[in-house]
Amino acid sequence: MSKMNSVYGQGKDNYMFKIRLKSTILVIWFIILTIICLLPIYILVINATRSSDDIALGFSLTPGNSFIKNVKTMLFDDEKPYKSAFKPFYGYRNSLIITCSAAFLTVFFSAMTAYGIHVYDFKLKEISYTFILLIMMVPTQVTSAGFVQFMIKMKLHDTYWPLIIPAIAAPAVVFFMRSYMKSSFPLEIVEAARIDGSNEFRTFVTIAIPMMKPAIAVQAIFAFVATWNNYYTPSMILLGGDKHKQTLPMMIQAVNASDKVYDYGVNYTCIAFSIIPIIIAYIALSRFIIAGVALGGVKE
Amino acid sequence: MASAAQRRIKSISYAKYGYMFILPFFLVYFFFQLWPLINTFKLSFYGNDAETSKYVGLDNYKIILQNTDYDEDIATNKKKSATVVTYTDSDGNKVECPLKDIPAEYKDQQIEIIKQNSKNIGFDEQHETFIQSLKNTLILWIGNFIPQILLSLSLAVWFTDAKLKIPGKGFFKVVMYMPNIITAASVAVLFMSLCQENEFGALRQIMHGLGVIDDVKTEKASAMYITGTWPPRFVVMFIQTWLWFGNTMIMLMSGIMGINPSLFEAASIDGASSGQVFRKITLPLLSPIMVYTLVTSMIGGLQMFDIPFMFHTGQYPNKHLRTVAVYIYENFKNRPSEDYMYGYSGAASVILFFITASLGCITFYLNRDQDAIAKKKQRKKLQKQAKMQSKQFGGLSI
Repeated sequence: MSKMNSVYGQGKDNYMFKIRLKSTILVIWFIILTIICLLPIYILVINATRSSDDIALGFSLTPGNSFIKNVKTMLFDDEKPYKSAFKPFYGYRNSLIITCSAAFLTVFFSAMTAYGIHVYDFKLKEISYTFILLIMMVPTQVTSAGFVQFMIKMKLHDTYWPLIIPAIAAPAVVFFMRSYMKSSFPLEIVEAARIDGSNEFRTFVTIAIPMMKPAIAVQAIFAFVATWNNYYTPSMILLGGDKHKQTLPMMIQAVNASDKVYDYGVNYTCIAFSIIPIIIAYIALSRFIIAGVALGGVKE
Repeated sequence: MASAAQRRIKSISYAKYGYMFILPFFLVYFFFQLWPLINTFKLSFYGNDAETSKYVGLDNYKIILQNTDYDEDIATNKKKSATVVTYTDSDGNKVECPLKDIPAEYKDQQIEIIKQNSKNIGFDEQHETFIQSLKNTLILWIGNFIPQILLSLSLAVWFTDAKLKIPGKGFFKVVMYMPNIITAASVAVLFMSLCQENEFGALRQIMHGLGVIDDVKTEKASAMYITGTWPPRFVVMFIQTWLWFGNTMIMLMSGIMGINPSLFEAASIDGASSGQVFRKITLPLLSPIMVYTLVTSMIGGLQMFDIPFMFHTGQYPNKHLRTVAVYIYENFKNRPSEDYMYGYSGAASVILFFITASLGCITFYLNRDQDAIAKKKQRKKLQKQAKMQSKQFGGLSI
């Protein structure tokens, strides 16, 4: 009996040892991946605080002391091209205007479309939903040549309208909202509201939207990030070249576009100014975002 | 028992509200996406720059897809190869001629490009650029998709394995997803600064530290991380993987967590190894999500634009990184004057559209519900048998 116990114990020890070994190896591998994920950002922050001459001397893991000087060059130096190419505060403002309006329109009208399809019975219900599923697959690049030509014809280029209004039609978000409604929006609530004398639109705004808050929050964050990071559409539409109208990604592209880099420290400072706000926002909202991506994964 | 009021409500038709609620979506979709799409199709049959309003039929497609000089066929477009170069002939004289007319014996020497008028890019150049862009897209997509899916899948399996004891899972997830949130334009410029081909480049400094390259300053083909052929491609593949593996990992993780845990339990009681569990349970049950990931990644790969477009110095993108999306964009946007090549751009867009559509269909076809197909086949077989039987009786239905 005791012999059997010891054999069993040995097997268990062996098993536990294997698990522990595997876990340790994996943790080391995850730490390596973490370093790979963070290293470029870390070098960016370090180099933003160093002068161009320091950077030429070699790679360093400790910050330098030229950050203030770099920021001053970026904002005020007339001789270097950074002042004219990169105006971070105009960039933040313009990007915020476009992004906030677009994110609001996306979630509001997607919720509305999903609500219309989910709650009401009408002839074209199934056809319109199938249509929305089909157009989810069309890449934006395919429509862009026609889009730009059409916008120039309508004299809407160089305005923010073509960047904001199309946000109303976001098929993927409609799909997500419909799936969410199917699982957590009972139709009885609509009937109860009707009996209480609420009109249809009011039912949607005061009852359906508050009930859909989790889905709306997640989709608002994703719409915000996607629009904020979008370089393609603004660069096609804002053709005028007026720096005060451009979005942040366009400005960072302008820093890149010149043949020669004039001051590496300032270059890194510009990039840092374009990246750091979104990283701070991410750290604050990371739980939400990760949960949101996971929700997107259970589509089937 | 329905009250009178309830019955009255049931009898009211609310259909018109349904239309009202979905109207804004379809209105905006029509004006800002469907009409532009139709417009793109239309533009692909019309001429370029000054001749945008002129119908040219399939000429744009012929030019970008076929390797022939169309000067004779297309009477309206008499443009030759526009890149003019000089070469030194055997007598030491400098000779000026279009790029494609250089005599074969001088092709190897260093030729000097003296004029590259983008307005008149010749047909052969358009063709070469487009085919090259297709190849680049394929190379860059494969080179980022394979490592990405392997990495994400293995990480997802490890993260969801209840047996393993890994501390700080939440932290690792947050860090690994982070690159996905950063503006792609900034990422491209950041990596460009890190890959500079002089003493300022951090990558060169690291390589020098590891002893891979001898001198940080000297030009060396293997360390041309921006202007070379393969090194910049690898850098772009790395950036794409770096950006997207966290996203794919979390999607796959939620897929794995959706699998019934009792299956894993039963397998471990039966003594299945982790490899067997992965092959026999995780992978087959994960296939819907895998298809979804594959399709989105493929469409995303075909649209790959920000990183390849910006990863270069100077005005024009590195031709080894020019993807189809970059080609489309360049032809109607990135031009010095106001000459929009809508025709070529439209034709390339239409080709891209059909590639995307067919890839999507193929993937869904390969992954359709196998049980349903088997049932359908069986039903057909039974029908056939019934038919045969009825024939045996001389076509008389009994």
